[in-house]
Amino acid sequence: MNARNLSSSSAFQPVLTRNIHRPGSERISIYLDHGGYQAVRKALAMKPEEVIEQVKQSGLRGRGGAGFPAGIKWGFMPQDSKLPKIVAVNTDEGEPGTFKDREIVEQDPHQVIEGVLIAAYAVGATRAYVYIRGEFFLGVKRWIKAIADAYEYGFLGEDILGSGFNLDMSVHRGAGAYICGEETAMLESLEGKRGLPRQKPPYPTTAGLYGLPTLVQNIETLACIPHIIERGPEWFSSIGTAESKGPKIYSVSGHVNRPGNYELPMGISLSEIIYEHAGGIPDGHKLKAVIPGGVSTPMLPADQVEVPMAFETLSSIGSEFGTGAIIVMDETTCMVEATRRISKFFAHESCGKCTPCRIGSQRIFEILDRIEKGLGHPGDIELLLELVNGIDGYTFCPMGSGLVNPVRSAIQHFRAEFEYHITNKHCLVKA
Amino acid sequence: MVGNEWNQLSPMNVDPRQRTRLLAALYLAQEQFGWLSEEAIERVSERLTLLPGQVRSTASFYSMFKLEPQGEFQIQVCEGLSCYLAGGAEPIIDHLSNLLGIQPGETTPDGKFTLEVVQCIAACGSAPALRVNDMLYEHMTLESIEQLINSLREGEW
Repeated sequence: MNARNLSSSSAFQPVLTRNIHRPGSERISIYLDHGGYQAVRKALAMKPEEVIEQVKQSGLRGRGGAGFPAGIKWGFMPQDSKLPKIVAVNTDEGEPGTFKDREIVEQDPHQVIEGVLIAAYAVGATRAYVYIRGEFFLGVKRWIKAIADAYEYGFLGEDILGSGFNLDMSVHRGAGAYICGEETAMLESLEGKRGLPRQKPPYPTTAGLYGLPTLVQNIETLACIPHIIERGPEWFSSIGTAESKGPKIYSVSGHVNRPGNYELPMGISLSEIIYEHAGGIPDGHKLKAVIPGGVSTPMLPADQVEVPMAFETLSSIGSEFGTGAIIVMDETTCMVEATRRISKFFAHESCGKCTPCRIGSQRIFEILDRIEKGLGHPGDIELLLELVNGIDGYTFCPMGSGLVNPVRSAIQHFRAEFEYHITNKHCLVKA
Repeated sequence: MVGNEWNQLSPMNVDPRQRTRLLAALYLAQEQFGWLSEEAIERVSERLTLLPGQVRSTASFYSMFKLEPQGEFQIQVCEGLSCYLAGGAEPIIDHLSNLLGIQPGETTPDGKFTLEVVQCIAACGSAPALRVNDMLYEHMTLESIEQLINSLREGEW
């Protein structure tokens, strides 16, 4: 496959994770010793609009799941507004299968602080809020220290590096709600409220935190920024495919010999990640299915794993790139049980604002639970499909479709297994 | 509550940034009281000039805020897909249930342990995983869980 050759990982050197295996990688001294805070000096010598232009040219797309082009989002921030502007960092990583942000937040906070500095300078923001998932206690502690150190070294506060640019930053700990990874729900949570998504538009760049123009970006997206400024947008856009550029941290879990985070180019094939980097499938078992981008993305059957990991290639085969969190399932996996477990997550995490998601997710879980227990009825599959059709597109935020994707794709690719469960009252795989 | 007092408490008269402190204040109160009792919620609302209802509304939304008393050690076991595929979830939950003599959601009579089943805790690459209070434990086996519980019981944590 051409795309595979183009994005061969053999010559690729990790960028975002290059420091994380150094002892004390979270400390400002280690970051400075390895070239840290040089990109921000370069950016501060440029005009803000030049910085935005470079991010646009790099082709960087958001790493939090939606894949929106970062430079275009930065361009949406109003330039003539008298209102104070804000950058909000999204580290509410909660999508099952995803554990890349935890690594960045714990091991290399200064790389992100530098990215935030550059972003804030480019869009004219003077205040940055870092929202970290409540469970990441170690990460929160390290960020409190990292921010204090950045102030001490003059990278935060007033007149940063003598440029006249000011930025204040604070860290905020979430408290256990998947929905707060959705950007408007995160803003509600930052305002001290229940994390319910807001209607869009207005988008946060127009009216975000406290109604002020707010740039919300995922932490991995911001970690890319210093490297784009330092090495140039051409370097970044030389990695990857036509529409998906740069390095990417893939979280690999499930039935593989070496689960973990792997920083590799965008566009590398799913099979190369599974078999070469993650060490293949244990115990000589065969591959059955893969979730390519976290549980809210449609699953793929084994014969589709040659797909390049890129936004456009995954959409072309009916799936999504999501967060690049790969969950591998071998032939011993019961797809009814896997889908039941995913639906339980969504039923538990629905914020309750939209009826289709709140009630639909609960009903879908109940139906999958009874099929799994051997109590399914004929017609249950049609009922599941009717329920997902009733959620898809009828909710405020993308969390609703997050459940639609796994249920629909599991039935599409493994319908016979669901039918067997219903007819024979037990599992096809674990019979 | 009558006119003037209500006005004083009205969020309209309060800088919206005041409420941003609420999650941090709830964490502090929870650390101090062990859980978010009505007394704790009243105290937080007074300190932040918010209505008790606003504080309760926020506190009740987030799974890490506890509106009931908790054990000294809160054990949270992940039942997510990746933990399940790695042999975790139910086998670990059942094992802990047996060891502690309680069901998920319950606290041991001596107030030492609360067992909770949670969704993904972003440790899928080192599954099966669980948390004890704010500490993450990875690559758990039935044996290592038994050792962990024993050391918690003996106060060697």
